[in-house]
Amino acid sequence: MTKEQAEVKQQTKRILNRFGRKRGNLVPILQKVQGKLGYLPREAMLEIAEFLGIPAIDVYSVVTFYNQFRLNPPGKHSIRVCLGTACHMKGGYITLDAWKRRLCIDRGQTTPDREFDLDIVACVGCCVMAPVSVVDDKPQGKVEPTKVDGILLSFKLKKEKQGKESQ
Amino acid sequence: MKTVSLTIDGKKIRAREGEKVLWAALDNGIYIPNLCALHDALEPFAACRLCFVEVEGKKQPVTACTEAVEQGMVVNTRGPGALRLARTAFELLVASLPVDCAHCPSSGSCELQKIAAHLSIKLKTKRFRKLLRELPIDYSSPLFIYDPNKCVLCGRCVWICRERLGIGTLGFAHRGFDRLVTTFGSEPISESKCLDCGECVVACPTGALAFKDRQGIKSGLGKGG
Ligand code: SF4
Ligand code: SF4
Ligand code: FES
Ligand code: FES
Repeated sequence: MTKEQAEVKQQTKRILNRFGRKRGNLVPILQKVQGKLGYLPREAMLEIAEFLGIPAIDVYSVVTFYNQFRLNPPGKHSIRVCLGTACHMKGGYITLDAWKRRLCIDRGQTTPDREFDLDIVACVGCCVMAPVSVVDDKPQGKVEPTKVDGILLSFKLKKEKQGKESQ
Repeated sequence: MKTVSLTIDGKKIRAREGEKVLWAALDNGIYIPNLCALHDALEPFAACRLCFVEVEGKKQPVTACTEAVEQGMVVNTRGPGALRLARTAFELLVASLPVDCAHCPSSGSCELQKIAAHLSIKLKTKRFRKLLRELPIDYSSPLFIYDPNKCVLCGRCVWICRERLGIGTLGFAHRGFDRLVTTFGSEPISESKCLDCGECVVACPTGALAFKDRQGIKSGLGKGG
C-alpha cells in the first residue's frame, strides 16, 4: 500500500468512528468522507464497505448513482459543462466533446497532472449565454469549441507567467 | 399447505395460497414471458415488465410476478392489452441490444429468442430508434465472458451471487442509460472477488454471461431460470 493509500484509510477510519454500523448511514458517511478527501478513493470505499458489512459493489453502486459523488480527485481547476435544456439546444454536447478532446479525459475524470477536472451540470441559470461552461465556479457564456481553446490558452499563459515570476 | 384453485387460459389449476400467478402458470406448463423473476427472491423485482396478464374483474393488465393467486381467479395470458404492453416493453429492450444471434454462444438457449417467438415479434424494433451502449467486453474470467452490451439488467446474476451464494461480486452501477451490472470499481472479473462458480452464468437469461467452453453448457451446466 502506498503512503497516500494508507493515509486515506486512516482518515476514513477516523470519520467512520463517529457513525453507527447501519446501512442507512452510507450516504452521510460518503458525504463526510468526500468532504474531507475531496473525492472517494478506492481504499475509502473498501473501508466503508467493511465497516458497514456490505459488499463493496454496493458502495460503488451508490457512489456512481449520485452526481454528487466523485471517484476522482478534484483538479486545480473545475470545468462544469452545462447540459440543461437551453445549453443542450445550443450544442452543449459539442462543447463537452471539445473539452473531452482537449483535456483527453471523460466526464467525471481528472487530468493526470490534476490541473483540470471535467463534469456536467444541469441548468445553472444563465441560459441566455448558452452554451455555458462553469469554469472555477464562474459561468462562461457562448462556450463554443474555439472558446474552449481560448480558456485553456489563458490558463496556460497564466501558469507560465507564474512559473517565471517564481523563478 | 393451503391451496386455491384458479383458471389460467381456460385451464383449471391449483396453486399454493399466496403463490404468484407467474409461478402458478409456469409450474403448469403455461408460459408467460419473464426475465427478472426468481422464485426464491423474497420480493419480486418486477423490473422487466414482460409478464403482463389480464385478470377478470381488473381494468388494467397486471404483472404476473407480483400478483398473488386467489380462489376463483380467472387469468388470461393472451389478452390484447397484456400482449400490447409486453410487446412494447420487449421492443424498448431490444432497441438498446446488439442482436447478433448468429455469432452469440447463447443462441438457442436465450430467453430473448423464446420471448420473441412467444409474442410473435422479431428481435428488432421498427418503432424505436436503435441506441447501443458499446461497452467493453470482459474476457478476464477463465470460465466465462461478460458482455454488458447484451445485458438486460434483469438482476438475476446479482441476486444469485449475493443472496444465494453470499459472495456479492456483482451489482448495479451508474444511472439511467448508463446503468450496468458490474464489479466493484468496474474492475475486470478476474480481479474481483469472483470465485468462478459459474452460477451467475447459469442464471443469466441472455448471452451477457456465457461460458467460454461451449461444452460446459451441454455437459450439465445447462441454462435455465
Ligand atoms: S461466477 Fe460465481 S462468484 Fe463469480 S460473479 Fe458469478 S456467481 Fe458471483
Ligand atoms: S448479466 Fe445476465 S443475469 Fe445479469 S443482469 Fe444482465 S442479463 Fe441479467
Ligand atoms: S441550460 Fe445551461 S444555463 Fe440554463
Ligand atoms: S417477470 Fe414480472 S416484471 Fe419481470
